[in-house]
Amino acid sequence: MNSFWLLIAIPLASAAILLLLGRWADRWGHWLGVLSVGVAFGLAVSYFVQLRGLPADDRSAEIDLFPFLHVGSLQVDFGLLFDPLSAVFVLLITGVGFLIHVYAVGYMAHDPKRRTFFAYFNLFVAAMLLLVLGNNYVMLYFGWEGVGLASYLLISFWYTRNSAATAGKKAFLMNRVGDAGLAIAIFIMFATLGTVDYSGVAEGVARLSSGVTLAIGLLLLIGACGKSGQFPLQAWLPDAMEGPTPVSALIHAATMVTAGVYLIARSNPIFNANPTAQAFVVAIGAITLVMGAIIGCAKDDIKRVLAWSTVSQIGYMFLGVGLGGGAYALALIHLLAHGFFKAGLFLGAGSVMHGMRDQVDIRRFGGLWKYMKITWATFGLAWLAIIGLPPLSGYYSKEPIIAAAFDRPGWTGWLYGGAALLGAALTAFYMTRLFVLTFHGPKRWTEEIEHPHESPPIMTVPLILLAFGSVGAGYLLSTSVPDWLTPVFEGAHEGEGAHHLSHAAVTWLSIVVTVLGALLAWALFRRGTALVEQPAGALVRAARRNLYGDAFNETVFEKPGLYLTRALVYFDNKGLDGLVNGLAALVGGGSSRLGRTQTGFVRSYALSMLGGALLVAVAFLVVRLG
Amino acid sequence: MSLSAYVPILFLFALAAAFALFSVGVSQIVGPKRANRAKLEAYECGIEPSPEPVGGGRFPVRFFLVAMLFIVFDIEIIFLYPWAVSFNALGLFGFVEMLLFIGTVLIAYAYVWRRGGLDWD
Amino acid sequence: MTTAVDVLAQELQIRLPALDYLAMGPMLVLFGGACLGVLVEAFATRRSRPFLQFWLSLIALVAALVTVVRAANNSPQAFTADTAIAVDGPALFLQGTVIVLGMVALLLMGERRIDKGGPFVARASVPVGGEADRRQARESGSTEVFPLTLFALGGMTLFVAANDLLTMFVALEVFSLPLYLLCALARRRRLISQEAALKYFLLGAFASAFFVFGTALLYGFAGTLRLGGIHTAALGSTANPLLLFGGIALIAVALLFKVAAVPFHVWTPDVYQGAPTPVTAFMAACTKAAAIGALLRVLYVALDRVRWDIEPVIGAVAILTMLVGAVLAVTQTDIKRLLAYSSIANAGYLLVGALAFSREGVSSSLFYLAAYGFTVVAAFAVVALVRDEDGEATHLRRWAGLGRRSPVVAGLFTFLLLAFAGIPLTSGFTSKFAVFSAALGTSGQWQVAMVIAGVVTSMVLAFPYLRVVVMMWLSEPVENGPMVANAGTLTWTALWVGAFATLVLGVYPAPVLDLAHKAAEFLQ
Repeated sequence: MNSFWLLIAIPLASAAILLLLGRWADRWGHWLGVLSVGVAFGLAVSYFVQLRGLPADDRSAEIDLFPFLHVGSLQVDFGLLFDPLSAVFVLLITGVGFLIHVYAVGYMAHDPKRRTFFAYFNLFVAAMLLLVLGNNYVMLYFGWEGVGLASYLLISFWYTRNSAATAGKKAFLMNRVGDAGLAIAIFIMFATLGTVDYSGVAEGVARLSSGVTLAIGLLLLIGACGKSGQFPLQAWLPDAMEGPTPVSALIHAATMVTAGVYLIARSNPIFNANPTAQAFVVAIGAITLVMGAIIGCAKDDIKRVLAWSTVSQIGYMFLGVGLGGGAYALALIHLLAHGFFKAGLFLGAGSVMHGMRDQVDIRRFGGLWKYMKITWATFGLAWLAIIGLPPLSGYYSKEPIIAAAFDRPGWTGWLYGGAALLGAALTAFYMTRLFVLTFHGPKRWTEEIEHPHESPPIMTVPLILLAFGSVGAGYLLSTSVPDWLTPVFEGAHEGEGAHHLSHAAVTWLSIVVTVLGALLAWALFRRGTALVEQPAGALVRAARRNLYGDAFNETVFEKPGLYLTRALVYFDNKGLDGLVNGLAALVGGGSSRLGRTQTGFVRSYALSMLGGALLVAVAFLVVRLG
Repeated sequence: MSLSAYVPILFLFALAAAFALFSVGVSQIVGPKRANRAKLEAYECGIEPSPEPVGGGRFPVRFFLVAMLFIVFDIEIIFLYPWAVSFNALGLFGFVEMLLFIGTVLIAYAYVWRRGGLDWD
Repeated sequence: MTTAVDVLAQELQIRLPALDYLAMGPMLVLFGGACLGVLVEAFATRRSRPFLQFWLSLIALVAALVTVVRAANNSPQAFTADTAIAVDGPALFLQGTVIVLGMVALLLMGERRIDKGGPFVARASVPVGGEADRRQARESGSTEVFPLTLFALGGMTLFVAANDLLTMFVALEVFSLPLYLLCALARRRRLISQEAALKYFLLGAFASAFFVFGTALLYGFAGTLRLGGIHTAALGSTANPLLLFGGIALIAVALLFKVAAVPFHVWTPDVYQGAPTPVTAFMAACTKAAAIGALLRVLYVALDRVRWDIEPVIGAVAILTMLVGAVLAVTQTDIKRLLAYSSIANAGYLLVGALAFSREGVSSSLFYLAAYGFTVVAAFAVVALVRDEDGEATHLRRWAGLGRRSPVVAGLFTFLLLAFAGIPLTSGFTSKFAVFSAALGTSGQWQVAMVIAGVVTSMVLAFPYLRVVVMMWLSEPVENGPMVANAGTLTWTALWVGAFATLVLGVYPAPVLDLAHKAAEFLQ
C-alpha cells in the first residue's frame, strides 16, 4: 500500500519517455501512453481494495517521500496521502482517463503529432494524481500548476488555429487569477498556523479568528473558481473547447475542472469553521449553475453547449460542497457520476464530429441516429443521465443536492432550492435540444457531407463502457459513497434542516420540471431549426454573448492591465526623457536644442536615477518624521 | 595632534602662490606687447595644430591612453612618498607590501608595453 | 628643530592589523590568478593564450573555492584586517556561490566553437565598420576577459565580506570596473555593446558617487565607517539623525542600482541586451549575488536598529520593482531584454527576503541567489546557442518553432522558463516559496503587502515566459530561422549544469537550504 506513489510515477515516466525519445517513439508511443494509465488504474483498484480492507477509522495511508522545504519554522515534506477522498478521485481520474486514452488512439489516428499529444496527456494525468494525492497544500499546488500547464499545452495543441492559441492564452490568464488566490491562501495558512499539512490545518483551524478563516476561505474559493470555471472566472472554459475533443472530455469535463470541488472538499475544516465562507460558495454555485444553463440554451456549437453544461453542473457541485454537512458527499457523488456521463457526452460529440468532417454546428446536423447507432444510443443514455431522469445516474446525484438546497434555513432555502430546480429544468431543455437537433429531425447537412459514418470500435468501445457508467453509477455511488467518505468529513456539522419541502415533494417536483423542460425542447426542435441565427429578445441575445461575461472580463481584468502596462512602458521609455525634451524645447525654443537632448539617453537615465534617489531620500524623511 | 606642525607647510603654500601670482602679474605689466602672426598661433608641442573636427575640440583617443598611463604611475609615486616618510614605523611588513604594490604596477606596465600601449602608432 | 615631517612620523603611531591569510584566501587567490593572467597576456604567444588563460582562470577559481571551503571548516566566524573584513557564514556562502557561478559563466566565455575566435572582439577600440574592424573579425578574440573576470570575482568576494563602508566602496569599484570593460567586448553587434558599456560605466560611476557621499554622511553621523559602529551609533549617537537617514538613502541608492531595483533599473535592459551574452550571464548571476549580499550585510549588521524606518521605503521599492519588472516583461520582444526585466523582478523578490529581518530571511535570500544564478546562467547559455548568420537571434519572433528543429535545446529552455515562472518542482518555486514564507514569518504589514505583490507579479510574469514556450513549441517555424549552433562541450556543460541544478534545487533543496540556514548568521 505504501507504494502508491507509483500511481504518479508511472504516467510521469511514460510522458518523459515519449518526450525524450522523440520520433523513435512515433509508432508505438500512443500505446505506451494508454498502457501507463491502464496500469495506474489497475494499481488504483488494488490500493482501493486494500484501503477498504482496513477498519473504517484507520482508512488512510501517508508517506513522506523526502523532506522538501525545511527552512527554520517552515517544514514541508514531499508527502502523499491516500485516504477515502483521494481514493475516489484516483479511481475517477485513472478509470475515466484510461477510457479516454483508448478513445484518443482512434480519434488522433491521423494527427502527425499523436505521440506529443499522448505525452502531454500522460503528463496531465500524473499532475492530476499529484493534486489529489498530496498530503499538504504545497503538493496540491504542485499538481494544480501542473494540470494548468498541461491543459494550456493541450488547448493550444492545434496551434494552427488562431482561436486555439487565443483560447489557450485566455485559459492561462484566468487560471492565474485563481492560482494567485490559492497561493496567497497557502501563505496565509503558513503565516497563521505555521503549517500547510492537511492534518495540521484541520487541527489548527480552531485557533484562528473568523476573519482569518474567512480570508483563507474566500481566497481558496477564488482558486477553485479559476480552475473549475465558476463565476466570475467562467469565461475560459467554453473557449477551451478549441482543443482536441478527448482533451475536452478528460480535462474540461471529467477531471481537472473538478479540482476546485476537490479543493473545497479537502479544505472542509476551514469552510465548516466559517459559515460566511460557506455562504459564498453556495452563492457562487447557484449563480453559476443558472448562468451556465441559460447560456447553454443559446449556443449552437455542440461542444460549447456541453462546455456550458459542464460549467452549470460544476455549479451544482459547488452548491453541494457549500451547503456542508451531508451535502459534501452528495457533491462528490455528483462529481463522479458527472465524470462518467459528461465524458460520454463529449466523446459522443467527438464521434459525431469524426463522422461529420469536424463540423460542430448542431443546426447543420439532424437525423444522424440512422447513421451512427452506437453513438446515438450511448449519447442518448448520457443525455437521460444528465437531465436526471430516474433511474439513471444523474437522478441519484443531482436530486439530493436540490433537496439539500431546499433544506437551508430561512429564505435562502427557497432561493437556492428554486435556483437548483430552475437549473434542472433548463438542463433538461438545452440537453434535449442538443440531442434532438443532432440525432433526430430532418437532415440539414452541408453539401460536402454525403455519408456520415460510425466511428471505429476503438472509439465506440469506450463510449459503451461510459454508457454503463451513466446508467448504473448513480445508484451504486449514492448507496456507498456517503459511508465511505464519513471519516473525511467528520468535523462537518449537520445543518438543522429547515425542510421547506418534504423530500418526496422535491423529488416529484424535480422530475416534473425535468420532463416539462425536455418535452418543451422536443416540441420546439422536433422539426429542426433555422440554419442561421434568428433575431431574438434581450435575454437570448445576452445568452448568446455568454451573458456578457467576456465584456465583464474585459473591463475588469484586461483594460486596467492594459492601461497599467501602457503607462509603465510610457514612463519607462518616455517619462523623464519626454519631460527633459519638453523642458529643453520650452527653454531653448529651437529644434537643434531638442535634438541635442535626444542624443543623450544616458543623461535622462541619470536624471531618472537622481529623481529616484531624491524620492528615496524624501521617503526616508517622511517615514522618520511621519 | 597639534596644528602648529602644519604652519611651515602653510607657509610654503603661501610662498608658492605668491610667487606664481607675482611672476604672472609682473610680466603682464612689464613685458612689451608686440604681437605678430606667429606669436598669436596656438602653441601645440611646436607643431602646426591640425584642423579641428567639426563641433570642435576632439583629441585623438591616444592622448587619453597616455594620460591614463601617466595617472597610474603618478599614483604609484604618491604612494611611495608616505611610505618613505613612515618607513621605520612600517618596517619589514611595509617593505614587502610596497614591493608587492610596485610588482603589481609592473605587471600592468609589462602588459601595456608588450601589447603596444606605449607605441604611438 | 624638528621638521613637520618628523612630527608626522611620530604622531602616526601605526599599528599593523593582524591578517588572517586563510580567511582572505579566496580574494588573494583570485587577485593573484588575475595578475598571473595579465602576465600571460603580456608574454604568451597569441596562439597559446586562449588555452592558457582559460585553464589558468579555471584553476584559480577551483583553488579559490577550496580556500572558501577550508575557511568555512576552520574559522567560520572571524574578523580580520582589523574588522575591515568579516569572514562569517553569509560571506563564505556567497563567496562560494559567486565562485561556482563564475565558473559556470567562465565556461560560456571560453567557448570558441560557436563564433570562430570566441564571443569577444580583440580590440574594442577599433572603429566599427572600418577596414581594421573587418580584419579583426577574422582574428582570434580577446583573452583579457579571463583576468578581467577574475578581478571582478575577486572584488565580489571582497564586497560580500566587507565590514566597513570604505572597504565596501573599494570592492564595489574593483568588481565594477572590469564589468564595464567586459560589456564593451562583444564580437557581434559592436555598437550596442559599446553603447551598453558606456551607459553602464556612466551610470555606475554616478551610483558610486552616491555611495561615497552616503559614506561621508554616515561617517559624520557615527564617527566611524565600521558597520558595527553604525549599529551602535544608530541609537546611541546624539548627532543629527538627518545625517543617518541621508546616508542610508544614498548608500541604498548605490546598492539598489547594482541590484537593479526600480527606479534604479533603467540601465539593466540596455546593458543586458548589449553586453556579450556570457558577460550578461555573469552579471545576472554574480553581480546580483554580490550586491544583494552587501545589501544584506548593511541591513542586518549596521541598520537593524532602524529597521522600522527602512522597511516602508525599501519595501515600497521592492513592490515597485516586482511590478515594473513583471509588467514590462510582458511587452518585450527581445529575449535578452525579457530576461533583463525578469532579472529586475527577481531583484524585487530578493528584497522581499532581505526585508524579513530574520535568520530565515537571510537563509532564503542566500538560497534564492544560488538557485537563481544557476537558472539564469543556463538561460543565457541557450541564448548564446540560438543563432542565425548575424549572430545570436534574440528577437522572439525568430524563436518560433524552435522546438521542432532542436527539441533538446527548446526543451531545456522551456524547463528554465518554467523555473523562472516559479512552477513547482523547479528551483524557481522553492526559492520563491522560501523567500515569501520567510517574509510572512515576521507577520509585519509591509511583509504581507510585499508577499501579495510577489505572488501576483509572479503570476503575471509567468505569462511572458509561457509565451516564449508556446512560440517555441506551438508556432510554425519561421523561414531561414535560427539554428542551434554547433557548440563545444563548454557551453553544453554550462547549460546542463545550470539546468541540473535548477532541477535538483527544485526537487530536493533540503541540503542547500540547510547549508544556507547554518550560514545565515552575520558577525556583528
